[in-house]
Amino acid sequence: MNEQYNFIVSSSPHIRTPRGTRVIMLDVLIALCPALVASLIFFGWRPIMLTAVSVACCVLFEYLYRLLMKKPQSVDDLSAVVTGVLIAFCLPPTAPWWLPVIGAFFAIIIVKQLFGGIGKNFLNPALAARAFLLASYAVLMTSWAPSNFANVDAATYATPLASLSGGALSNVSLGAMFLGNTGGCVGEISALALLLGGAWLVYRRVISLRIPVSFIGTVAIVTLIFSRGNPHFLWMLQNLFSGGLLLGAIFMATDYCTSPVTPKGQIIFGVGCGLLTVLIRYFGSYPEGVSYAILIMNLTVWMIDKATPPRRFGVVKAPRTKKSEEAAK
Amino acid sequence: MLFKSHGGVHPNDKKAPANEAWISTIPQPPQVVIPMSQHIGAPCTPLVAVGDEVRLGQKIGEAKAPVSAPVHASVSGRVTAIEPRLNNLGNMVTAVVIENDFKDTPADTVAPAPEEALSDPELIAGIIREAGIVGMGGATFPTAFKITSGWGKVDTVIINGAECEPYITSDHRTMVEHPRELLQGIQLIMRACKVDKAYFGIELNKKFAMDMLNFHGAKDMGIEIVPLKCQYPQGAEKTLIQTITGREVPPGGLPAQVGCAVFNTFTSYSVYRAAYEGLPAIERVVTVSGSAIAAPKNVLVRVGTPMQWVFEQTGGFAKTPWKIIMGGPMMGLAQYDLNVPCGKGTAALLAFSEDENRTVENPVCIRCGQCIDACPMNLQPIYMYMYEEKGDIEMMQKLNLTDCVECGACTYICPGRLHLTHAFKTGKAKLQAYNAALKAREEAEKARAEAEAAAKAAAEAEKPAEPEKPAEPEKPAEPEKPAEPEKPEKPAEAPAEPEAVEETVEAEEAVEEVIEAEEAADEPVEAEEAAGEPVEAGGFILEPVEADEAAGEPADAFEFPDEPAQDNEAGGN
Repeated sequence: MNEQYNFIVSSSPHIRTPRGTRVIMLDVLIALCPALVASLIFFGWRPIMLTAVSVACCVLFEYLYRLLMKKPQSVDDLSAVVTGVLIAFCLPPTAPWWLPVIGAFFAIIIVKQLFGGIGKNFLNPALAARAFLLASYAVLMTSWAPSNFANVDAATYATPLASLSGGALSNVSLGAMFLGNTGGCVGEISALALLLGGAWLVYRRVISLRIPVSFIGTVAIVTLIFSRGNPHFLWMLQNLFSGGLLLGAIFMATDYCTSPVTPKGQIIFGVGCGLLTVLIRYFGSYPEGVSYAILIMNLTVWMIDKATPPRRFGVVKAPRTKKSEEAAK
Repeated sequence: MLFKSHGGVHPNDKKAPANEAWISTIPQPPQVVIPMSQHIGAPCTPLVAVGDEVRLGQKIGEAKAPVSAPVHASVSGRVTAIEPRLNNLGNMVTAVVIENDFKDTPADTVAPAPEEALSDPELIAGIIREAGIVGMGGATFPTAFKITSGWGKVDTVIINGAECEPYITSDHRTMVEHPRELLQGIQLIMRACKVDKAYFGIELNKKFAMDMLNFHGAKDMGIEIVPLKCQYPQGAEKTLIQTITGREVPPGGLPAQVGCAVFNTFTSYSVYRAAYEGLPAIERVVTVSGSAIAAPKNVLVRVGTPMQWVFEQTGGFAKTPWKIIMGGPMMGLAQYDLNVPCGKGTAALLAFSEDENRTVENPVCIRCGQCIDACPMNLQPIYMYMYEEKGDIEMMQKLNLTDCVECGACTYICPGRLHLTHAFKTGKAKLQAYNAALKAREEAEKARAEAEAAAKAAAEAEKPAEPEKPAEPEKPAEPEKPAEPEKPEKPAEAPAEPEAVEETVEAEEAVEEVIEAEEAADEPVEAEEAAGEPVEAGGFILEPVEADEAAGEPADAFEFPDEPAQDNEAGGN
């Protein structure tokens, strides 16, 4: 009987969760779908085209790089697809088709692969690409268009965020902002769609609530306390639903590779992102602060992780002998 | 009341196929192979010779050391060989091979203990020791020693019925089919431990077993059934103590330090059988399951039965087996030879087909941090792995790598398919080698310092003319002596901040001598054993229950000096 078989011997454990990297990335893609549908509804087919170009380029660049560098192929983990979608989500719907190509190159080759590929990059590739494009093609990256259903003059259109940055409440209704009937980047307009995606990620345990809640919560609290509009509550809600806050808090800040791994660290990271976002929105020359806030916090991840190790088992807490003695009685 | 602990993973428990299968018997094998070491501690010496007739339950091996457990013949028949055989740890150990005569003639010693003996702790412990009972969850720590060493310290007895490993149902079936006997066994353990309260932790997927035990009066016996959340590793000793009592066993410590003693379900049942039926630990319930198994079931298996026989008698394989595991899928040991005999701690035999293979060619960490959430010991597997790969001893120590109980939760959950547990086992070995080398260096330095001091003293004694220095030396000048410590005090040639990797290599060289020296130095047996094989010690565990006994010891033995910066000489001496 022995000779019949070739038994594998390895260290325990001998079973593994079915949820590998690819399944996790697939879950993220599923979670991104509502936002993609929202952009289709409000901006038409153009965002879909941008997304397709971006995804195709990301996958291609990753494939070529791994091929040329003679490294094990990694496109099948789907992380490049996620990056592609997120790059497109950071673009205005009016962007020319070649913009995501450049973005994809920067994100995949410079930010991700040069540092060793998935799990090694220290900046969020999509956000780094956005920052790069914004610096290089400022005009293209900030030409906003109102949604298909918005009853406004396209030429003089200002996004809600632009009004907020000017210190005034936006005239876009909260309901429109929540649904996405407004202007902004491809993927950031619909709060509803993003929250749906976030719920899926939490349900599937892809992300924990620590980063999104601490991030959004910090922005909410700070904008409520230091409100620049009246009513204060509306000011806060407009801040939450405008710009890339939800997209950033749910999909970008929670990027595994560029966020802390310790539970305490994740909360610190989220709070830091929130504070920086408000600071940049309030005092920066550029209306949106989310992407830079996350990029800056990305750089602190290593420090945060080191500073927040979990409590060692069996050390700090004194044994609760008294209580258990009482229980024994 | 539902208790919850930090960390943990939720693998599909896969218990369904064997959960409702009554414990059945299989035909006895024509030959049993009984290893002389089926426990943590000193191996036994055979008490029989080739050609001897042995009877069922007859003691055939014993060791005088306190941490040991005798072994008994599990069938009656004739001893045909006493030779090294492969055991479940992959080692060749002395084993007694008995040709079965299928008569099951019991030995004279197989008789119920007298009633009066069952009220005295020492006598009960004696019965347990004589019956060769060990931690049946897989750690196989001698139960009698656990009881006697806990006297005066232990105030809480915990019975581990979590059975948190997937697939295994042997404890569950024991609870359901022998609740009365099990409770009586627990009562004996409580009496032996001199406590009158026991907690019986059972995971919620065994509700029927809880009902059975309650129905049979667990409460009246002072045994509280504690429902536990289904979560791996709920049955790990430290985790179990924490969830039930709220106490945390300190790093490297033993449960007795927080007043707890944990016993496995089947151990308790074996205690009952030893006391009331006189039967030593020669038989146990084994779950045969896994994706390659044709008919999963629970069978009563005699100790020493080769795995092959068990598989054949339970219906064989439905698919080509790819991996054979003795124990649970999370902590069990993969086997490569089906002739390996089942032992006292074998709660399950699993055969997986290749469908279960989820290893990847190129494991990559994606920094998801799920390992940190999963770790029951609050460690950071992600960073431990990183530094272990680099061989960074200092960081491994800083991250408390030795706290790892090797439960495998992090490896299970890892989406990047990293071999985390494997790395930590290796890392522990590296740390141990390093510490041994440090110790060796310290001793050498001490010896050198003494020699130098002696030389100095001798040198000063030679010139007593100087009045400033009063006659310090008490010994008269011995001109021969200064010749001895010729060693020049050479400053380290190695760079100031040595590479950890090099240290390890050097350390490994040095460690062999040191281990020999330590063994000679009359160390307590269990420490010696555990220290000798830290990797296996935690690894062959079926449920992590008592794993720490073994895995924890080396941690105790380590004493890291205050200034690790001078380690460059580590291996040099």
